[in-house]
Amino acid sequence: MKYAFPLAAVVALILIALIAVQIPGMQYLFGVIIPYLAVAVFVGGFIYRLCYWGKSPVPFNIPTTCGQEFSLPWIKQDKLECPSTRLQVVARMFLEIVLFRSLWRNTKATMYEGPKLTYESSKWLWLFGIVFHYSFLIIVLRHLRLFLEPVPSCVALVEILDSLLQVGAPLMYITDATILLSLIMLLLRRLWNPYVRYISLANDYFPLFLILAIVGTGILMRYFIRSNVDIEAIKQLAIGLATLHPTIVGPISSLFYVHLFLVCTLLVYFPFSKLMHMGGVFLSPTRNLANDSRMHRHINPWNPPIKPHSYASYEDEFREDMIAQGIPVEQGGPQEAGAK
Amino acid sequence: MYDRVKISTGLLVVVLLVLIPFFYNNDASKAAPELTMPTNAKACVLPRAEMRAKHMQLLNTWRDEVVRKGDSRPVLVDGKEYPKSLQLNCMECHTSKVNFCDKCHNYSSVRPYCWDCHLAPVE
Repeated sequence: MKYAFPLAAVVALILIALIAVQIPGMQYLFGVIIPYLAVAVFVGGFIYRLCYWGKSPVPFNIPTTCGQEFSLPWIKQDKLECPSTRLQVVARMFLEIVLFRSLWRNTKATMYEGPKLTYESSKWLWLFGIVFHYSFLIIVLRHLRLFLEPVPSCVALVEILDSLLQVGAPLMYITDATILLSLIMLLLRRLWNPYVRYISLANDYFPLFLILAIVGTGILMRYFIRSNVDIEAIKQLAIGLATLHPTIVGPISSLFYVHLFLVCTLLVYFPFSKLMHMGGVFLSPTRNLANDSRMHRHINPWNPPIKPHSYASYEDEFREDMIAQGIPVEQGGPQEAGAK
Repeated sequence: MYDRVKISTGLLVVVLLVLIPFFYNNDASKAAPELTMPTNAKACVLPRAEMRAKHMQLLNTWRDEVVRKGDSRPVLVDGKEYPKSLQLNCMECHTSKVNFCDKCHNYSSVRPYCWDCHLAPVE
């Protein structure tokens, strides 16, 4: 039942926005004040989280290695899976971020009669994960058409490619279908697979439901419930927000305010949740360190400073006790004193 | 902070990317599109608000009915017959593509493919 509370929370958020914008004057709260607050919290929270992580020391050299490390010249190193130089680390990080290589390694364990344990490659998480992330990226880029005037040609190009199939009018976006499909599959995976379901928490379900609701309201506005979804008025509001002179011209569908409120919720939630893996992936010591602990000493930053302690200073510190115990000393000993 | 230079650079890039809309727009961006409304007719086939929101769906339906189903019977609105045609109906009143269609479409970066087949009026 760990999915019930997040689902109820998202439904409550939808209802709050849906009901509140019926009250005259509340459009300004949901259209202007909350979006500004949300962007401020998102940017501030993002900086706070990254600085917090930046201040955290990395005591050990802990890259995850999945291949042959740098060794003798005739042993072939796996440069991507066990990088030993900065360039190799950059290549590994780049492919991790762009292609999600670590999810490609996902395996499924199954127990058969016998008992016999088998492992097989399971690429579904990788597939739906990468489809979801790229769809989301393209959708965010596409939305820039509402925030930028004149619309830059690169944003227009993204839109042209996304609506390349020319299905219906307004043109269907390919990413609208792929993000919806991948989100549903990622959600079903959590509910279906008993192991994943067992480890799934409310904060795993909440972003899924929230983004599903954002996608759902967006799709409804574009294709199905178009009444009062006035793109010109919406763009004027967006441009007004960006130029710090927000105005709400004319009535806009309450569906739009629900969509906007859910996006604001996502922005506020983002820096303080698992979604921060967007910034965190760059700061993962298991990914961004080179496996070079046999070439360079990794200094633990919280090691106390160890000052050199020579035998001469040791003797200075303990001379009297050493003499009292009859231990020979090099300087100032009783023999020396007796000789004089 | 460890790796101060690297983390600060990355953060700066992210923050600048997020804040692009705040730097990109200028006063000219705030101007809303102004349409030239037709003078020879008072009403369209649907009320103004509905046309604003749903004209593309209506045109798409008409296109499907005429081109794919061969049903080119005119639509009857308030006792007046309107042919299901962009050039023979819509463009009779909204004579200018540049001063009507393009105004909003350019503003919101919409590129309808009407004009892939239809001839745009010479302007």
